[in-house]
Amino acid sequence: MTDVKDKPDGVGFGRVTRKEDARFVRGKGNYVDDIVLPGMLYGAVLRSPYAHAKIISIDTSEAEKHPKVKAVITGALLETLNLAWIPSLSHDVIAVLATDKVRYQGQEVAFVVAEDRYSARDALELIEVDYEVLPAVVDAKRALEPDAAIIRDDIENKKDNYIFDWGSGDEQATEAVFKKADVIVEQDMLYPRVHPAPMETCGSVADMDPISGKLTIYCTTQAPHAHRTLYALVAGLPEHKLRVYSPDIGGGFGNKVGIYPGYVLSVVGSIVTKRPVKWVEDRSENLMSTSFARDYHMKGKIAATKEGKILGLRVDVLADHGAFNNTAQPTKFPAGFFHVFSGSYDMEAAYCAVKGVYTNKAPGGVAYACSFRVTEAVYAVERMVDRLALELDMDPAELRMKNLLRPEQFPYTSPTGWEYDSGEYPRALRLAMDIAGYEDLRKEQAEKRANGELMGIGLSFFTETVGAGPKKHMDILGLGMADGCEVRVHPTGKAVVRLSVQTQGQGHETTFAQIVSEVTGIPTADIEVVHGDTDNTPFGLGTYGSRSTPVSGAAAAVASKRIVEKARLIASAMLECAPEDLEWNLGRWQVKGDPSAGKTIAEIALAAHASLELPDGIEGHLDASCVYDPPNLTFPFGAYICVVDVDRGTGKVKVRRFIAVDDCGPRINPMIVEGQVHGGLADGVGMALMESIAFDEDGNCLGGSFMDYLLPTSLECPSWETGETVTPSPHHPLGLKGVGESATVGSPPAVVNAVLDALKPFGVKHADMPLTPAQVWRAMQGRPMRTDLAIK
Amino acid sequence: MQVPAPFDYKRASTLAEAIALLRECGPDSRVIAGGHSLLPMMKLRLARPEVLIDINHLSELDYIKVDGNTLKIGAMVRHVTLQKSHLAAEYYPIFAEAEEQIADPLVRNRGTVGGSLCQADPAEDLSAVFSALKADILIAGSYGTRKLPISEFHTGPYTTALNPDEILTEIDVPLRSNTGSAYEKVERRVGDWAIAAVGTMVRVDDGLISEAGIGLTAVRADHFRAKEAEDSLLGRSPSTEAIAEAASLAARHCNPFADQRGPEDYKRHLVEELAKRALSRALNRSLPEVH
Ligand SMILES: Cc1cc2nc3c(=O)[nH]c(=O)nc-3n(C[C@H](O)[C@H](O)[C@H](O)COP(=O)(O)OP(=O)(O)OC[C@H]3O[C@@H](n4cnc5c(N)ncnc54)[C@H](O)[C@@H]3O)c2cc1C
Repeated sequence: MTDVKDKPDGVGFGRVTRKEDARFVRGKGNYVDDIVLPGMLYGAVLRSPYAHAKIISIDTSEAEKHPKVKAVITGALLETLNLAWIPSLSHDVIAVLATDKVRYQGQEVAFVVAEDRYSARDALELIEVDYEVLPAVVDAKRALEPDAAIIRDDIENKKDNYIFDWGSGDEQATEAVFKKADVIVEQDMLYPRVHPAPMETCGSVADMDPISGKLTIYCTTQAPHAHRTLYALVAGLPEHKLRVYSPDIGGGFGNKVGIYPGYVLSVVGSIVTKRPVKWVEDRSENLMSTSFARDYHMKGKIAATKEGKILGLRVDVLADHGAFNNTAQPTKFPAGFFHVFSGSYDMEAAYCAVKGVYTNKAPGGVAYACSFRVTEAVYAVERMVDRLALELDMDPAELRMKNLLRPEQFPYTSPTGWEYDSGEYPRALRLAMDIAGYEDLRKEQAEKRANGELMGIGLSFFTETVGAGPKKHMDILGLGMADGCEVRVHPTGKAVVRLSVQTQGQGHETTFAQIVSEVTGIPTADIEVVHGDTDNTPFGLGTYGSRSTPVSGAAAAVASKRIVEKARLIASAMLECAPEDLEWNLGRWQVKGDPSAGKTIAEIALAAHASLELPDGIEGHLDASCVYDPPNLTFPFGAYICVVDVDRGTGKVKVRRFIAVDDCGPRINPMIVEGQVHGGLADGVGMALMESIAFDEDGNCLGGSFMDYLLPTSLECPSWETGETVTPSPHHPLGLKGVGESATVGSPPAVVNAVLDALKPFGVKHADMPLTPAQVWRAMQGRPMRTDLAIK
Repeated sequence: MQVPAPFDYKRASTLAEAIALLRECGPDSRVIAGGHSLLPMMKLRLARPEVLIDINHLSELDYIKVDGNTLKIGAMVRHVTLQKSHLAAEYYPIFAEAEEQIADPLVRNRGTVGGSLCQADPAEDLSAVFSALKADILIAGSYGTRKLPISEFHTGPYTTALNPDEILTEIDVPLRSNTGSAYEKVERRVGDWAIAAVGTMVRVDDGLISEAGIGLTAVRADHFRAKEAEDSLLGRSPSTEAIAEAASLAARHCNPFADQRGPEDYKRHLVEELAKRALSRALNRSLPEVH
């Protein structure tokens, strides 16, 4: 067990137990579904059973006759409110309730509001919808064929399922390095559609006060302020009469970034019935209709010298965006940050081209702890490096060591224009290899292979790209990605910090208190963190893409530094000396050369609220705020090694060991960092071995329950072996980099590389995730399967 | 939240009362045991019984005991009880081996042996176990009781020989000397249903196989059984060849279909592979222990 008491004074960074756990372990959290308001009604959504069908008619009359039903809302009603369609986060629209056609299985068709959730569900069965079924576009590779059904005929003149082409890097320079390369390896690979599957599904309680006209939306959102502004912009609701309140959130992972039809419907329901309306989706609704992740068909091509010096990389992507283009990413980046795909390696040139297409599948796109598609990018490059190692017959660790960026190259500008802030890559890889006992593992593998046993060792080195982001480069629907923070020290020296970001389990109530504590010296226990409530926090874009620590954490640090500076001026008035004569001794300003003369932050706070005469220009009280526009992104990194054993008779994979060395800069609370890493590694094992949402040829979702969409359990996870190196970010006020998604980004390729390494004796070069027993066995037979379609 | 359609609830405290209630409430009533199959289907509204008759208080059906030459397992025995039963394991290690791979501890704490058989899910594990053991099923109805060999109990996916007003009360397994048993299952993840699984029972008398049972699940074998493979073993001395031949027959005589757990060729391969493993282990266990 980790000792969580190595911070006896409770000030600043270090292992301290999480403040929020006191309520969570007692079952006293307060989630959206725990909210009960007087007179509250319950909503339920009728969903499409078909992936693609024309709606001929909807008859709600029987449902309306149900004695407990208060309202039945259809797309026709929404059209009168101009709310049938709302803008997506990617220059498109999404349907709140289908009016013309349904475009994926599980799409919202009608909404019933009733006195209890049972009646709401019962009434759904009384709605008659007459559909004319159309052929479904399921295979992204066939979406652009001339005879493919047109999904988006709602868009004027739309005659195909094409969305966009987008590229990054220097295509000609990349072609040029391919010309001079000794070795070129090509590989097709699919990062299948997966789902964040948070423990808490999505939901909302909308409460329109008919008298004050104030609308309160309790909602499972990772970005309450962004939601509020979008409601104001889209529905024309006055922003000051809108309060979005995100209480405890049971996991987000990107699933709770966007605005879902269900949220809008609870609002409409409350406006129509003049009563609060709760809507909470069930598990299947969550898996079938909310933001999926990945679904990238990639063709990688890597060029190298025969000695193993990587020269260039090209990746061509076919991106399946589902029925509406609703990926959540900075507006100018239709493939998110995928173009960081040259990864951790020094190479002359790189180019990627991404083509987006519509299919009859649920929309969404960037979700599941991926840092805006860095997950896909890292998978592409880490698989290509392993493919190259296979081709060169070189140890994959040696090949990586040879090509990793060297410390002196930082700050490093990548071939696609990213400026990596800091890194010491070889040190991290060496540490991971030492923890693993890499050389011994290779020996053991050779012995096992001689006996016909299948053991695999897989590596992955990742560079994360987080903390979006500088206003000059990125925005979401025009909103700059800066975040605010307010710190207020109460007269008795306790403090409150108000944040624009919202935790979904990451432990912000503890770590942000620790950040303020680290700077001001106020004990963590004396600092209250307020977040999730737009009425009580400053504006900002919320928590996703591992941005809380790099952006809001910086805002909290700067605001705290402003407090300390103001405290200095007040202390100088108290001590009747010049501010320059004071020095800071964490938590106390004291006179240089006379440490006995000094004032603690608590004494200063009291004086700031009392009758003390303050220096000119200094107002009373002790508070400060900051809006932080990050100068650059931060680039955490890490080296992962996975060891697997594969049963050659059944294809079953056992993850024997997993070594994860993470460098996220200084660690605010190492225990929480380790927790984040453990969770992400489990995610990675899940994606590599069992998670995926496939569709049959009619567009039926084959991953719509936890019996079909498998999440890993403790039994599939080894006891994680973690390590750390510390390379601070030069531009973050405390050197912090963020860690929330590192392990999800970095671990899948390590697991896949390990399994494929185990299968090397069969001549297997690649097989797509998830590497289920069937897929592994098929790979051994030389016939791996497509994992995005129904298994035939 | 997934919610079932409206239903009525009645609790029975004796077997006689449960049968009377079934009769009284008619064919749209169902007994509920552990509820781990019935409730999920009700929540998805795939099952919509009008009345649930709760038999969880029928302690008279909760026992594992030996009576003469028979191991008797009551219908209300929970998975966990069978999993941990020393008595059952002493005669047939297949029970513990299969049970620890059925679902997860939460399901095993509530789910019952009777409910599993009556659910008749085509991937149900205990059906393969009891087929391998050639068990008999005891049934009670308002007319009295009857007994069926397991090979006549399942009539198809999700259907059994039970009439609407009947209750499965007990499973009888004959005790055998010089007998070994084993269970092999491959699942995509702990708690998942089988991709394929094989249960075996082999009795060896005087160096020759005198009785063999091979149960298969999740591969659409008739009555969860590999009859041709069983027959091929009779009278033979235990050998790698005999095992391989039986395993290959088992793979040939089942009808797996492709789904997200795997394609047909893989499932057939698994049957062969797992049959080999389970047969060799059962044969090893059939040897008298050397002290
Ligand atoms: C997550 C999960 C994973 C699972 N994994 C597996 C697995 O890997 N392998 C496996 O084999 N099973 C698995 N199961 C199924 C589980 O074993 C069964 O759900 C359960 O044991 C059935 O028993 P029950 O008592 O819960 O039946 P119930 O759900 O109460 O009843 C099932 C059916 O049988 C009827 N019934 C019950 N008892 C009797 C009786 N005595 N007489 C007549 N009819 C009766 C009921 O009316 C109902 O129709 C899984 C279930 C879940 C939820």
